Amino acid sequence: MIQQLFFAYFAFVIVVLSLLVITRKNPVHSVLWMLLLFFHIASLYLLLNAEFMAAIQVIVYAGGILVLFLFAVFILNIREELRINKFIGAWPTGLTFAVGLLVVIIMSIKSFIAAPPGIYSIDLIKQETHTKALGKLLYTEFLYPFEVTSLILLVAIIGAIVLAKRRLKS
Amino acid sequence: MVPLSWYMMLSIAVFVIGVFGFLSRRNIIIVFMSIELMLNAVNINLISLSHYLQDMRGQILAFFVIAVAAAEAAIGLAIVIALFRNKATAHVDEVKEMQG
Repeated sequence: MIQQLFFAYFAFVIVVLSLLVITRKNPVHSVLWMLLLFFHIASLYLLLNAEFMAAIQVIVYAGGILVLFLFAVFILNIREELRINKFIGAWPTGLTFAVGLLVVIIMSIKSFIAAPPGIYSIDLIKQETHTKALGKLLYTEFLYPFEVTSLILLVAIIGAIVLAKRRLKS
Repeated sequence: MVPLSWYMMLSIAVFVIGVFGFLSRRNIIIVFMSIELMLNAVNINLISLSHYLQDMRGQILAFFVIAVAAAEAAIGLAIVIALFRNKATAHVDEVKEMQG
């Protein structure tokens, strides 16, 4: 019961905050609502017994990505932003598409068939601790994708520098 | 115990809000934030499935999604800065050199 109450609170706040994020006129307000949203999503991960995911949600998203967004927002002209319309002219198309997607996915949720449960039961995770269980799997079975991820991050670093650096001649 | 379908409903709601923001906002930074919203919706779904099916693989996948989201944010914001330097605008409907 208490779990359902907590879930109801988090779900309600997450949906309201997502709506706030995409409807605020001032991008700085959007970024700050998004910070609150990420904290609520991290708490939802705690309800799902995923402590490590909650921690990296806060560290990577709230600590890393949102700071990047705030830096990018600061190059904008906020005064002009507050004056003009926040949606493009074709926003009804976007709304139609989103509502259609919502209906289609909700109708398809009925046909979901759960796979047989795996070996990582709550007792096993409790006994082994979540971070250790995740790390063991990540560094054995998923070692190759993990290395590929490091390559993606390297590409992101170099690409961001190349794209954002000021051209000397032109 | 919260049913799995509740988590799926929440994930769908956040994803659809992200789709709407991606398709309708004028400011390109909010468009990028909508992408982050969609990735977070997928992460909620993956982690709840991982919990209910008692399998860690969903969380590994969510881990990779977070890593890719970080890379995507860095690249995307670098593109925003390059766009702002060349066109002095951050509005998606003012960038139409390719007649799109």
